[in-house]
Amino acid sequence: MFAHCADPSALGGLNWLLCYLTSGKHLLFYYSFGTVLVLLAVTAPVALGMGFLGAMAARAHNRALSLVGKAYMLMVRGIPDIIFFMFFVIALDQGLETVAHHLRCPDWTEPIRTALEFKVCPEAKIPPNSAPQYVHQIYGFALAVVTFAIVFGAFAANVLYGAMNAVPRAQLETAEAYGLSPRQVFRRILVPQMWVYALPGLSNLWLILIKATPLLFLLGVNDIVYWAQELGGSKTDSYAYPHGDWRLWYFLFLLAFYLAFTRVSEVVLGRLTARLSRGQATMAGEAMRKAGA
Amino acid sequence: MKKLMIATALVALSAMTASAQDTVRIATEGLYPPYNLVNDAGKLDGYEIDLGNEICKRAGLTCEFVQNDWDSMMPNLNSGNFDVIMAGMSITEERKADRTFTQNYYPPAISYYVAKSADVDVKTAVVAAQTATIQASHVAESGAELLEFKTPDETVAAVRNDEADAVLADSEFLDPIVAQSNGELVIVDKVQLGEGVGAAFRKSDTELAAKFDKAIGEMKADGSINELIKKWFKEKAVTF
Repeated sequence: MFAHCADPSALGGLNWLLCYLTSGKHLLFYYSFGTVLVLLAVTAPVALGMGFLGAMAARAHNRALSLVGKAYMLMVRGIPDIIFFMFFVIALDQGLETVAHHLRCPDWTEPIRTALEFKVCPEAKIPPNSAPQYVHQIYGFALAVVTFAIVFGAFAANVLYGAMNAVPRAQLETAEAYGLSPRQVFRRILVPQMWVYALPGLSNLWLILIKATPLLFLLGVNDIVYWAQELGGSKTDSYAYPHGDWRLWYFLFLLAFYLAFTRVSEVVLGRLTARLSRGQATMAGEAMRKAGA
Repeated sequence: MKKLMIATALVALSAMTASAQDTVRIATEGLYPPYNLVNDAGKLDGYEIDLGNEICKRAGLTCEFVQNDWDSMMPNLNSGNFDVIMAGMSITEERKADRTFTQNYYPPAISYYVAKSADVDVKTAVVAAQTATIQASHVAESGAELLEFKTPDETVAAVRNDEADAVLADSEFLDPIVAQSNGELVIVDKVQLGEGVGAAFRKSDTELAAKFDKAIGEMKADGSINELIKKWFKEKAVTF
């Protein structure tokens, strides 16, 4: 990065450290913090959306729809994350390629699947082999987001389902007595009131999601834990900056990062809980009313 | 939402139609210097990267190196996420059953048992090795207690932290580590495993494998492969 870093072996002390910490590899490490934050920023709302749909489906009067919602919650919550990340992603990828294969190479005669291999015609590869590596990485990242959203959506669905059932029945009945349609009751009475019941569960999920990002490495996306391990591992003179086993320092840095991040999250979630409790028929809402009076 | 995302992804990706010359994607681990490593600029580097690029030049192929976890190399190869593995993979009879190898591009490797003290009995000790390597299966067969790790670096760290008594890995990988450990680590025993390191392909991909094989043969004949080996393996290099 700096001109005087061209020959690291000639450097000493602080200069060496400065050059070391700004090497291309370290820049990728810093960049991966951005990757993780983007993943969280994209995944959290998508997972919440999935959860909302799942909870709505599970509550539906239509029996089939309700079964679909409940099956989704039960199955995804019951499968270990790591299996889901290994199996589901490959299945999704191969599923997409199979569809593309049938669309683009209808004349292909060789079988797609043999005992060992999964082989589609070159035109059906997603992304195509000739695409630059960053396209492959974006594709991997997109698969990661979809997978995270499905897994965490199932947990969110269960939380929201519980929260919707926790809203006092009297509230809904009153609304019905005023002549509100079921749709209006859901939108104006049930949903605004359920958040306060859902928030403790959702905040747990958010904290777990923050810590689950190392699963990204299984999908070929290099996250902060991968880089900490790679940079911290002892280096011989095959590398420009040889050093001993420094993983402890890198992981301490990650520890500080995660603690700071979860602390900020807790503060924000705490404020959100206070805001949502206002005027609610819950203990927190009641306490607020008394304090104000 | 999910459908929408998939649809968007599909549209975005199908916009880039496969060009006339298909790229050959070569996977490597990036954690096994000097065979393959991620250098300080953050790029893949090492003997296999230099060699792979030279092979592709000679065979007239467009190639791209990609990094992949050692554990998931074979599933990803077989599902077509890349076409070649060049990741210090030793040729063995067992492995030939489910993949096609080229001739070796590094001679049969000597593996070292490295420990903190010279009097460790490698037949009974706790020995660290990387998962799914020939060293791991050798330790399992030798009667010693096997401790597996996902990356090569962790196997050495395990010995340094006294988690394991010894580590078994390729001598090329361990040599510089032992030399630069200031006497902390010593070589306890040597063993020869495998038939050398080769490039691995899908079982059915014999055509591409033949192209690589031919280029490697040429490089052996004109001695250029030895130059590359000396460049990366320094004075300990074993040449053809």
